[in-house]
Amino acid sequence: MIVADKKPIEEIIDYVKDHQSILVLGCNECVTVCEAGGKKEVGLLASALRMHYLQQGRDVNIGERTLERQCDHEYLEEIRTSVDNYEAVVSLACGVGVQFTAEKYQNLPVYPGVNTLFMGANEMRGVWSERCQGCGQCLLAHSGGICPVSRCAKRILNGPCGGSTGGKCEISKELPCGWQLIIDRLKALGRMEDYEKISPIKNWSTERSGGPRKVVREDLKL
Amino acid sequence: MKVKTPSKLEKILASGQMAVTSECGPPRGSDPHVVTHKAEKIKNHVDAINITDNQTSMTRMCSLAACIRLKLMGLEPVLQMVTRDRNRIAIQSDILGAASFDINNILCLSGDHQSFGDCAQGQNVYDLDSMQLIQTVRHMRDEGKFLGGDPISRPPQMFVGAAENPFADPYEIRVPRLAKKIAAGVEFIQTQCIYNLDKFEDWMSKARDRGLTDQAYILAGVTPMKSAGMAKYMKNRVPGMDVPDEVVKRLAGTPKEKQAEEGIKMCIESIQRLKEVKGISGFHIMAIEWEEMVPEIVERAGLYPRPVVD
Amino acid sequence: MRLPYQPSIKIIRIPCTGKVDALHIMRSFEKGADGVYLVGCREGDCHFNQGNFRARARVEHLQKLLDKLGVGGQRLQMYNLSSSDGPMFALFAEEMHKRILEAGPSPVRLALQKRKQGQSAHEQAVAAA
Repeated sequence: MIVADKKPIEEIIDYVKDHQSILVLGCNECVTVCEAGGKKEVGLLASALRMHYLQQGRDVNIGERTLERQCDHEYLEEIRTSVDNYEAVVSLACGVGVQFTAEKYQNLPVYPGVNTLFMGANEMRGVWSERCQGCGQCLLAHSGGICPVSRCAKRILNGPCGGSTGGKCEISKELPCGWQLIIDRLKALGRMEDYEKISPIKNWSTERSGGPRKVVREDLKL
Repeated sequence: MKVKTPSKLEKILASGQMAVTSECGPPRGSDPHVVTHKAEKIKNHVDAINITDNQTSMTRMCSLAACIRLKLMGLEPVLQMVTRDRNRIAIQSDILGAASFDINNILCLSGDHQSFGDCAQGQNVYDLDSMQLIQTVRHMRDEGKFLGGDPISRPPQMFVGAAENPFADPYEIRVPRLAKKIAAGVEFIQTQCIYNLDKFEDWMSKARDRGLTDQAYILAGVTPMKSAGMAKYMKNRVPGMDVPDEVVKRLAGTPKEKQAEEGIKMCIESIQRLKEVKGISGFHIMAIEWEEMVPEIVERAGLYPRPVVD
Repeated sequence: MRLPYQPSIKIIRIPCTGKVDALHIMRSFEKGADGVYLVGCREGDCHFNQGNFRARARVEHLQKLLDKLGVGGQRLQMYNLSSSDGPMFALFAEEMHKRILEAGPSPVRLALQKRKQGQSAHEQAVAAA
């Protein structure tokens, strides 16, 4: 899922400081799962904003709403009429949701309430870590199911580098060396001979470098 | 092994004589004299001089420019190139730039992560890794073509090297990794500096068993310790460095003013021992900010005078 | 034990401090509470295993947020005791009371009062007109 983290409250307050009525809009999917932008977080942010404005002596209307998703037209339509009551929206969805909401409601400023970080998994309560960078040419079949693009800080395809120490990456003792993980897995799968196969130069044109991407499925278009 | 390039380093290695290389770090500024002065100190005691490439991600004068300086002095540079800072276009471009000055040696590296240096907020590139860089240089030299397929006019004639660290983890793939680099086309290897000679000899014996020492020249890396403090720092704070306790103990047991002298002595002892290891073709002496000691080390280790080749 | 404690303290009974939602705490302050404190089992003795640890983590997180909002993180506290420890309970009540007296009325409460006065003054003016 997409993992995001809450923006500091002072940053959000700065975004909305000139508005008299604000809708805090949450999302029921990824940001709910990583506890950054779901219904609960909408409630907490709204409460915090109300206390802030009360102390300022300003009468600011803070609305709360959580949509199923903010990346689908049909859910964003649900606020078509209610959105007119507000001068601005703070969207706690990931960067996708913020933008899609802004595209749909062109005359309304939409501010992000979270920092969107990566595609990752939930290791345990409170801990999420990166697993995929969307390179567009998945090579997991050759690396024992562990991705050298997202788990190696240098995205080396023929690793490990000389800085790998005790199974940890040279940049942090907290970070497992992606290549150590790959090697351990190749060993467990009895496929160590795969290690010596040279991974060829990668075609990066399907990742970010190639420009904003799109998937079109003719078989699904009406 | 056959000589394939005009590289002086390659010629010395191919003749079966021990080669000696060292390195110079370029300045954190644009003064060319920093490079030329360092080179002057060591030029008669080494066969080729590596110029580091923004080492530990600290921004410095680029390796290519400093290599050109050495070339203009009539010396033999080794262009160190990391893939951290350049995409494949810039890499091929810099290789051609080096080749236009007849720089004939390149050391292919991935490069330390940028978080170690002065621009931790910058992006890194790693369009290619060190293995793929080796393949690229060989392709440009032997096929005479760019990665995109077009022919290169006056292809580079570079002797291709890489670094290898026998002491990094996991140990069990360090020889397979050497094999991989050789399969990718590497022709010489400079190892990370050696303090754990037992472990190194083990790595060498495994490399010999696989016939790797017949396919590439291995230069053993050595760095003299300046002090017990330096030994401790390198033991505990530098990733991929193996400094045995005895090394630290020996220096710590020496009075402070004599520690540097002891460090030089230990370096020379290592070289003497490593000379006897089958498959070692030479030494890479890295005396960082202590270049003035290189001539003494080379002489006392019995590696002087340096051979002359045409 | 019938030990006395301040009448200004309103007790809300819950099965476990782990049940206290961050939102309950925030809404209490939003509605003008001068202080909120949680009293839970001793650490390691939670009847429901981890509840009091979760509560403490929430409290610490909200203290920082309340500081940032200018309300004051010291107005929120967590205490641990054994369920039979009546004297300790009274002690905590006294301590919390002193702390809140020192901190003064919550700025949110003052703002709410001000707004109410403003509104009633407005209503009077409208009625008079």
